[in-house]
Amino acid sequence: MKEKTAIFSLFGDKKKRGRLISFALVIAAYIIVEVLLKSGNLSSLFTSLLVPITCYVVASIGLNLNVGISGELNLGQAGFMSVGAFCAVCVSGVLAGSITAGIPRLIIAIVCGAVLAGLFGFVIGIPVLKLQGDYLAIVTLAFGQIIKSIFMNTYIGFDSEGLHFSFVDSNFKLQPGGKMLLNGPMGATGTQKIANFTVGVVLVLIALLIVYNLMFSRSGRAIMAARDNRIAAESVGIPISRTKMLAFVVSASLAGAAGALYGLNYATLVPNKFDFNTSILILVYVVLGGLGNMTGTIISTVVLILLPELLRSLQDYRMLIYAVVLILIMLVTNNDMLRTKWKSLTSRKAKGGASNG
Amino acid sequence: MRKIFKTSMAVALSVCMAAALTACGGSGSSASSEPAAEATEAADAAEETADTGAKIKIGGSGPLTGPAAVYGQAVKNAAEIAVEEVNAKGGLQFELDMEDDAHDPEKAVTAYGVLKDWGMQVSLATVTSAPGAAVSPSYAEDQIFAITPSGSSPAVVFADPDNLSGAYGNVFQMCFTDPNQGSASADYIAAHTDLGSKVAIIYKNDDNYSKGIHDTFVAEAAVKNVEVVYEGTFDDSNAQDFSVQLGQAQDAGADIVFLPIYYDPASLILTQANQMGYKPTFFGVDGMDGILTLEGFDTSLAEGVYLLTPFSADAEDELTVNFVNAYKEKCGGEIPNQFAADAYDCVYAIAQACEAAGVTADMSSDEICAKLVEQFTSMTFSGLTGEGMTWNENGEVTKSPKAVVIQNGVYVGVED
Repeated sequence: MKEKTAIFSLFGDKKKRGRLISFALVIAAYIIVEVLLKSGNLSSLFTSLLVPITCYVVASIGLNLNVGISGELNLGQAGFMSVGAFCAVCVSGVLAGSITAGIPRLIIAIVCGAVLAGLFGFVIGIPVLKLQGDYLAIVTLAFGQIIKSIFMNTYIGFDSEGLHFSFVDSNFKLQPGGKMLLNGPMGATGTQKIANFTVGVVLVLIALLIVYNLMFSRSGRAIMAARDNRIAAESVGIPISRTKMLAFVVSASLAGAAGALYGLNYATLVPNKFDFNTSILILVYVVLGGLGNMTGTIISTVVLILLPELLRSLQDYRMLIYAVVLILIMLVTNNDMLRTKWKSLTSRKAKGGASNG
Repeated sequence: MRKIFKTSMAVALSVCMAAALTACGGSGSSASSEPAAEATEAADAAEETADTGAKIKIGGSGPLTGPAAVYGQAVKNAAEIAVEEVNAKGGLQFELDMEDDAHDPEKAVTAYGVLKDWGMQVSLATVTSAPGAAVSPSYAEDQIFAITPSGSSPAVVFADPDNLSGAYGNVFQMCFTDPNQGSASADYIAAHTDLGSKVAIIYKNDDNYSKGIHDTFVAEAAVKNVEVVYEGTFDDSNAQDFSVQLGQAQDAGADIVFLPIYYDPASLILTQANQMGYKPTFFGVDGMDGILTLEGFDTSLAEGVYLLTPFSADAEDELTVNFVNAYKEKCGGEIPNQFAADAYDCVYAIAQACEAAGVTADMSSDEICAKLVEQFTSMTFSGLTGEGMTWNENGEVTKSPKAVVIQNGVYVGVED
């Protein structure tokens, strides 16, 4: 009961404010980073982290829609990311000759990645969303592994004769000048790095727009009703599997878009990157940020990506400290007493907090 | 009592929040902390230069944590030894910073950012291949000279590894490329028919390195009429049990088992083959190096294992003996592997080239890069891992691999 009131309080009068804070936070962060970047004050370390951060933020927002709003524990988010990533790498590789400008190619690749991941989400959603709770988690987990194995055994080459495709081994011969887009376990190598931070931030804003609009719409209310009480929701005529499917597919597409941006930010991409650990990592971002809380998700993702890098000076101890910090955050944020304290603090300073972001 | 607890928790929470905020600020969401951090860094740097005189900054990243940590640690230790030795000679002064990349391309790119902020002028690139392929474009873009001790994939030096074209030009390799190892192994087996005639291969098909060697081995074996009777694969998720692959290899009548894999799974293969009473000749490549120092592994099982490696720690030349002693002293009696030797050679090769080109610490990295590329493509270098090594303009090394066999727990060179 307690949880429900907490979630509903988010939607009542604070509904618009929460949304505003998210957008303000992202835009403010973007402006500050751009100013630092242009004036040459941003270190190379942070510059190299900008795009991955936006990728993980988009994937986390997507997963939060699935886990927080729709209430389905999805352990396969990295799988959807890899679908988007490898699709984008292939699309970008094929179009490299015809569209030389980076940005249009990047946008096309991201759209393709999102659409394909959404399609995968739909196909997988059909059996998956018939399940509940642990069973659903297990199936999504398995899906992540299957996707990884599929990409490990996919060979796609591109040359003057067109696309070559194989599941067995690289048993096709490319024309001279041809390029292996996907080379099984070796993944994609020699990808042109066309991702940039601005596109990443726009993608974060689009993700927020989609998720908030969905949350506060009729379908969003149906999704949450289905989460809170399946039987009650069904009894008032909400088509459970269809509403859940909506959240699942949108979540998958966002992960696909995030993966697409990620894939085009590195010269090399291996299927192993998107393993179970990555799925769990994204889930950790979501859980620490707060289920259903998009602003919290953004902040926790940024902090948890930066933390191990900022701890580099501690050398061998950094992963130890990172783990301790994670556990501390978990304990502290789960402490009811502190929560009420924090709530009274924030409600008093609500206006000041909003502008600080 | 309760109140005290409350207050202390509130304090703890506020500390956490403050920490989180500072962390957040680092990303640039807050303008104030960023310049402050840089100012301290600059102050540190100034202090260092004042203390020790100008040093050429050598950067590098490798897996210092995680499953591949053995390689990263070996490279780090050996590079440190080499840097100390070079510095002790007077003249050229080096400063080394090895960052952790946990064998992850993403982290390697971040580590590159850290090194660049530090002011890296020359680099050891990365220890492993996939991260190397991810950072090489950055080295090319920023024109920082890099030589990787052990990043053996062609993707480390070529932007288009499928056609072996589009070399970065300023990224060099100290080790053999994977294709070279595969074909050299096939050549060796073809030339030494006493080892056996029917080859089984067990390789890790989700690993860049393993698969790369496997592919060229099979291609070269076809040319040299080496009969491959069985090919078994495994991947990360099933790297514990090899009884199926070994059983099938045995049924196929293989008397050589080629293992183009790292020593960790190889140790399991040796143990399990021993348990099932299967005794073929095992033949490994440089990833097998390290098997003798693996904890909990009965090294007697590795008796008679052949491997191709450019370095054997039992060689009696002065250079090797000195290096092995220095390494043992530094690392508590541990015997250096080939990765360590490659790293040691990298530092000495950089030193040789810097001396010849008259590189000084106050030069910009672009300037140093241009001079070193010119040196590396024209000089010959003799070190632990080979005599008279040369590099072509693509950055690939030419040197000959040595076959060694494990006898009484040490590598013994095999005379051809």
